[in-house]
Amino acid sequence: MRTGYFPGCSLHGTAREFDESLRAVAGAIGAPLAEIDDWNCCGASSAHVVGQRLAVALPARNLALAEAQGVEQVLAPCAACYNRLAKARRVIEEDEALRREMPELLGRPFGNRVAVRNILEFLTDALPVIEARLVHAFGGLPLACYYGCLLVRPASVTSAEDPEHPTAMEQIARACGAAPVTWHMGLECCGGSLSVSRTGSVIRLGRAILEDARKAGAEALLVACPMCHSNLDFRQRAMTRDGRPPIPVLYVTELVGLALGIEPRRLGLDRHFVSPAPLLARRGQAPAGGRH
Amino acid sequence: MSRSPVSDGGLRERILQETGVNTARCYQCGKCSAGCPMAAETRWRPHDVMRMVNTGAVGPLQDDPSIWLCLACETCASRCPNGCDPARVIDALRERFAREAPGGVPRPVAAFHRAFLDQVRRHGRSFELGMVMEYKLRTGALTEDALSAPGLLARGKLSLTPSRISGIGEVRRIFDACTGSAGTGAGGTGAGGDDR
Repeated sequence: MRTGYFPGCSLHGTAREFDESLRAVAGAIGAPLAEIDDWNCCGASSAHVVGQRLAVALPARNLALAEAQGVEQVLAPCAACYNRLAKARRVIEEDEALRREMPELLGRPFGNRVAVRNILEFLTDALPVIEARLVHAFGGLPLACYYGCLLVRPASVTSAEDPEHPTAMEQIARACGAAPVTWHMGLECCGGSLSVSRTGSVIRLGRAILEDARKAGAEALLVACPMCHSNLDFRQRAMTRDGRPPIPVLYVTELVGLALGIEPRRLGLDRHFVSPAPLLARRGQAPAGGRH
Repeated sequence: MSRSPVSDGGLRERILQETGVNTARCYQCGKCSAGCPMAAETRWRPHDVMRMVNTGAVGPLQDDPSIWLCLACETCASRCPNGCDPARVIDALRERFAREAPGGVPRPVAAFHRAFLDQVRRHGRSFELGMVMEYKLRTGALTEDALSAPGLLARGKLSLTPSRISGIGEVRRIFDACTGSAGTGAGGTGAGGDDR
């Protein structure tokens, strides 16, 4: 089945390492990705505040492009893009009037035929290959799997089996030899859309997440959302009380890439604000150099 | 507290039609508000909003920033024992208030959404540097977070020029059709409490 790749704006910008690590991992497991040509922004956390039609139409154009480009499913690694694309698909499916209106609104044929997949589904499917090609298992690295909101909620949109207790990220982490901790904040919101306009709220929410991860003994956080990563990595210094050690925030694709023996730099690990280098050195993984 | 350019009559029915959420099913258990990450900072919480929609007395919501701080995290929706979706109801109210009483939208929140969507309308994709600059101009917060750009640049995370998609005409037509704002920029979307 051909998989189209919808990187979204973040993976071309502040979340470049998510894009780099995904491409490296996809290459290593033999699952090539074809980027959707001429994709547009999904509307993220702003379009739906303004109007439901805009929030559906912007992602729908990408689904129409994917259809025209002959793919049956689209991988949207960014949790926000995934949520918006999957929600648009579902809303259109349930609203016949909207479905009939789409081709005219988009100026394109549209059959709503393309499935939308998130990064956890993509990696879960690939687990047998990942396990077979593992060259550098993490020896029980304790880490906190942080889902946040958009990968799991609302359950009518996401494929989360249990939106209050998802386990996909833990299974991927275990396959890489890591040891996910039991903690309380894995499904809490990081503040996402208020990052710029109300930073104080994001600091409050992020601090609680980091504190709980530390208390549970985690040495790193595992994420699959550029907004969560940006809030918890880029703003971590403001969230951390004096004397607490920094806690690296890894994309799930970076963890898998390291376990597959891919060089840290190719995974973009040198782009983080909280350097994972000390952790990697401590854990016998090659240190990530540069840029800090 | 009773300022209400939005008429209250039949609000519950209109929300039901627009969103498919039957707010009458809410029995005020407060589970939504117990899980709401912003409850600590808001005067009106999700279960208050549901109650106000049911009684038609949403005036207080227009006089307060509470609903504009909803993160759309959907925790409320996933925990509601009656299948209600307070986040969706809040979105519908925001859409309505922005259209009918844009002055009530908190300035930074409005400026962010406006700046973000302006970039998307202009280029087809978000252009972070342009968005942040427009946001700063709109809010006057010129030095806030000013030190972040060098760090992002050094890590190759900030592009200095926007990339415009070739189907930009299609994206602009979508904006115009969905917001009724031909030629006025994404701002016509109504996210803006401020003017252009």
